[in-house]
Amino acid sequence: MEVVVQAQCPGPSLSLPAAGVSNMVAKLAKACTLRISPEKLNFIVSDKVANGGVSMWCELEQENFFSEFQMEGVSAENNEIYLELTAENLSRALKTAQNARALKVKLTNKHFPCLTISIELLSVSSSSRIVTHDIPVKVIPRKLWKDLQEPAVPDADVSIYLPVLKTMKSIVEKMKNISNHLIIEANLSGELNLKIETELVCVTTHFKDLGNPPTARDAAARDRDPAQMAEVHLDIRRLLQFLAGQQVGPTKAVCNIVSNKMVHFDLLHEDVSLQYFIPAFS
Amino acid sequence: VLGKAVHSLSRIGDELYLEPLEDGLSLRTVNSSRSAYACFLFAPLFFQQYQAAPPGQEALRCKILMKSFLSVFRSLAMVEKTVERCCISLNGRSSRLVVQLHCKYGVRKTHNLAFQDCESLQAVFDPASCSHVLRAPARVLGEAVQPFPPALAEVTLGIGSGHRVILRSYLEEEADSAVKAMVTEMSIGEEDFQQLQAQEGVAITFCLKEFRGLLSFAESANLSLSIHFDAPGRPAIFAVKDSLLDGHFVLATMSESDLHSPELHRLAPPLQAPSTPHLDDFASDDMDSYMIAMETTGDGEGSRAVPSMSLSPGHQPPSSPGPYSEDNETEPSTEPGTPPPKKVGAGHGDSGGRRGRSGLQNSLCFLCSLSVPLAVLWLHPGPRTLPSRPQPCAG
Repeated sequence: MEVVVQAQCPGPSLSLPAAGVSNMVAKLAKACTLRISPEKLNFIVSDKVANGGVSMWCELEQENFFSEFQMEGVSAENNEIYLELTAENLSRALKTAQNARALKVKLTNKHFPCLTISIELLSVSSSSRIVTHDIPVKVIPRKLWKDLQEPAVPDADVSIYLPVLKTMKSIVEKMKNISNHLIIEANLSGELNLKIETELVCVTTHFKDLGNPPTARDAAARDRDPAQMAEVHLDIRRLLQFLAGQQVGPTKAVCNIVSNKMVHFDLLHEDVSLQYFIPAFS
Repeated sequence: VLGKAVHSLSRIGDELYLEPLEDGLSLRTVNSSRSAYACFLFAPLFFQQYQAAPPGQEALRCKILMKSFLSVFRSLAMVEKTVERCCISLNGRSSRLVVQLHCKYGVRKTHNLAFQDCESLQAVFDPASCSHVLRAPARVLGEAVQPFPPALAEVTLGIGSGHRVILRSYLEEEADSAVKAMVTEMSIGEEDFQQLQAQEGVAITFCLKEFRGLLSFAESANLSLSIHFDAPGRPAIFAVKDSLLDGHFVLATMSESDLHSPELHRLAPPLQAPSTPHLDDFASDDMDSYMIAMETTGDGEGSRAVPSMSLSPGHQPPSSPGPYSEDNETEPSTEPGTPPPKKVGAGHGDSGGRRGRSGLQNSLCFLCSLSVPLAVLWLHPGPRTLPSRPQPCAG
């Protein structure tokens, strides 16, 4: 089985969002799966016990980033490649690409399969400098692909736009010191609350006037009281992991709550779409 | 600058050897596995006032814990802002190194650091005898090591095709490791170097952490760094120099092994005897494990016979049966051998109207006798390299 992927692009356009994604993934889980298909690149973290049931699906359209993209998957019918790699390696490799003139990503086999990222740096002098990172990867066999498919977007009880993530993050960070158990609730009137309750103290932060995405409003609004809150009990650390990974504010951020089951975050950063699922505390 | 040098030395070893010489003040250290040696020599002109020894007496050598000396300069930012003058003096009678910082607003901080008498720590090395040289501004080298993970222990430096200088992370081969580590390689064109005298295909592997110590000093002082090296296995000499000071870091490099491809080299620090397997027991003793040479007469120059470094496992150590401790003597060895120690980096400040901020006064009055043979520490590129297992690099 031969797989060849080659892409070349001017550095900053890929490196920033990709570095951001890989940074985020690195904080979330040690290993992540990279799925390469002719139109898209996906970063996948699946809901294993090790991650606390959290899963992530991130998608980029390759043509937005690469000037040249060439891939050949496992076979003609299954023209995709699934690779498992350590997210931190990728994020470190992409960090050096911040001032790059060009970036090339290639799947190679040097004693073991590697994703080779070759970066040509801008240099003060006339000669160029080239950095090469060989990131060891594991090719995932086809029989495991079914576990790594795009998760279905659940039917949410409430959909709401998120407040500024930085603010949310600093609040959740402080709350973490008090309790591990966070309740997130929202309603269709644009209100979102973050609550923690302990024997001694109860802290709630209220966000108002957030707005609800149109689809949710139409479908559920008919039978649902707009003021009624849908809530989920979460492990605060999982939420914090998610918030900590968001360096840059997203273009669009939606939170879908399935009462007592899970929270689904749907973010759009420029051309990168990110979905994050946190299950309720069991 | 003095503080930065101390910080840089602290990356290598745990004890600092201070020796006022006629040429200047030398600060030296070795790491615990003796695979790295570092030395800074500050010319007398660096100081406002410098007196190596009161007339008629010998200069006092001492060694102190790196931690204590570093604590004086711990906060470089603060030192830079508030310290106006710094006086360092060695008081032999009370065995104290006195560092006085005269700061702004009349504040005077006095540090009394205990020291121990010791042998003179000198390495035998000669940059001129190395066949390959590279020289580049520290900034270039700083940018070169930037892509490498901070935790990376060793790196291979070599000349690739097209006369490009290549730095590559070196990883120990682990047969069974399920998780392979990432390999990073950086390639720089020769135009970025001020001097490049090496053929394509030569390469050495050395401890990156220790190199970073000198690199950060060179970057902050905006100096050029030169790398002198030879065949793999022979120590590599990293040097910085300006009119007032001289810095040398001598690091062990890996020697070639037959088993692996040219890019992977097995390590065997060739430098010192303690790395012989049967002396590893003594490695747990502190710094002054086996290393003796001989008696010195008063100054460091007049050395007599010195043992050659025994470097193969089967070879008997030339002299003392046990670790040398500086308080007691051991029999000086009488094996003929290597030439007298090369003076470490004699950098003299000629011009340089720069007035250093530290003044050095040395008052010596020590009563203990000097019948203790002062040994000279040899870090000598030995005739044979060890096929022993890799030595860890002390970061």
